[in-house]
Amino acid sequence: MLAGMAALLLVCAIASLGIGRIDIPFWRVVEVLCSAVVPSPTITPLEWNVVVTVRLPRVLLALLSGGGLALAGAALQGVFRNPLVGPQVVGVSSGAAFGGTLAILLSLPRFGLLSFAFFFGLLALVLVYGLNSFVSRRNLLALVLAGVVVHGFFGALVSLVQYLADTEDKLPAMVFWLLGSLATASWSKVALVCGPVLVGGGLLLALRWRINLLSMGDEDARALGIDVERMRWFVLALVAAIVSAQVAVSGIIGWIGLVVPHTARMLVGPDHRTMMPASFLLGGFFLIVVDDVARTVSGTEIPLGILTALIGTPVFAFLLRRSQRMGGRHG
Amino acid sequence: MAEPGLWLQNAGHSFDGSAWQFQALDLQLRRGEILAILGPNGRGKSTLLRCMAGLLGLSTGTVRATGHIGFVPQDFARSFPYSTLDIVLMGRARHISLFGTPGSRDEKIALDALGTVGMRAVAGKSFDDLSGGQRQLVLIARALAGENEILLLDEPASALDLHNQDKVLSLVHRLSCEGLAVAFTTHQPNHALAIADQVLLMPELGLALVGGADAVMTEANLQTLYGLPVRTLRFEEGGEPRAAVVPLYRGRARPDAGQR
Repeated sequence: MLAGMAALLLVCAIASLGIGRIDIPFWRVVEVLCSAVVPSPTITPLEWNVVVTVRLPRVLLALLSGGGLALAGAALQGVFRNPLVGPQVVGVSSGAAFGGTLAILLSLPRFGLLSFAFFFGLLALVLVYGLNSFVSRRNLLALVLAGVVVHGFFGALVSLVQYLADTEDKLPAMVFWLLGSLATASWSKVALVCGPVLVGGGLLLALRWRINLLSMGDEDARALGIDVERMRWFVLALVAAIVSAQVAVSGIIGWIGLVVPHTARMLVGPDHRTMMPASFLLGGFFLIVVDDVARTVSGTEIPLGILTALIGTPVFAFLLRRSQRMGGRHG
Repeated sequence: MAEPGLWLQNAGHSFDGSAWQFQALDLQLRRGEILAILGPNGRGKSTLLRCMAGLLGLSTGTVRATGHIGFVPQDFARSFPYSTLDIVLMGRARHISLFGTPGSRDEKIALDALGTVGMRAVAGKSFDDLSGGQRQLVLIARALAGENEILLLDEPASALDLHNQDKVLSLVHRLSCEGLAVAFTTHQPNHALAIADQVLLMPELGLALVGGADAVMTEANLQTLYGLPVRTLRFEEGGEPRAAVVPLYRGRARPDAGQR
């Protein structure tokens, strides 16, 4: 199953390199990519430019962003023992959004934006977690409400920053960044996101069986010999790193971290050992496809956050209905 | 004498520093021995068991154990519909490195543990789809898969029908014969009579009586414990002396017919 998903992802990624204003057939794209290793005289500079300079960073960015978000969502769902949470629900995204807009307001360089997004993303997660255990630890409603509270708080701060921003220059930058887009993809952005996603994601994947244990609840996990608090903080920090790196390079792209893990669980079952890698592959696949739509369907680019929300909300409603029908089980 | 497994010395626990659930408790649980903990709801049976397991800290005194402790919860709030085998594999956590996942050896141990409790056939089924009795046996298998020397079971037979109660009690007895030290909490005096070597009664807050079943489970003590008259019936079954505790429920008695 996982191999099939990986193959699907690869085919989709290669096909996406050929899609756009200049259409390049699938096998031609493969030839262009191969020419990086074995130079081929038939490849034109235009084809090389389109595939490698323009589209490859964009597709890689979509893969890393989508995969990272889905993986982060899968880990959060395991840690919070709840299939209804995602990076947005627990506040990471809005915290990171505030950090990012603040960085734009202060004209910080890209790395500053990443650090600000990480710091406030983690802060928001800590606030939601603290608020939840302060109100009632085992209660899903309390968790969601804590998320709403923190989301509202950081939302207000984002608005404040936007209000203070220069309307000519910085405000449009903030708005477009917040809507989520890969239009400004570049190799330097790929380099920026690939560290946190590959390292954080790799560590999360290495911990995937431990996340099964964490999902059993604090007491049971402790009885099984897990240092629950430390493990949970470690996972949450990794999630914050991945999500804020994604937010820093491609803005707010909602719903992937919620819907994709859900779908992965439906396809491969609840065991995080297979469900987390499946989430990464599906998340990457999903965002590559959505980005293909975003850049080809009309003359101007559609912001990704809008598309993922338009697709994510009805899918999520459907999944919710389905899981309720299955006797309240998730799945 | 069998080697000791778990000691409590001068153990006490109180959530607020004034109302003690148990106090100055000394207890020794040896390998091959079964301890039953009896007490009414809210008296601190589970608290005591959790303190023994190290899940809760004692307010006073010490708990020491030689060997790993397997804690078997009554049940848990489930999150995801894991398969039965996945649940049992979780018992291997102590033996698997931080970034590791269970290997084929762990899987074999887990399947063997399921075999020991007679649940191998349901390994591939979702844990959520099992009956209460099956779940209890699987949770015991999970503790066995952890290769623990001490088993602490929280009300292992309380929510089960008679047949499954018998199954769980026989299993617990068999495991103690194989050298495990076992303690369990129960609402059923008859469960203690059936398998326990030692009984711990918690008749009132802060007080715990420990001893052999005959010494501790007197009619008077049980009456204080449950606030209800009880009789102990002694009889022979297949040449073996047996005993059964019978509560004298006041169900049909008129309210004014007897004093409390």
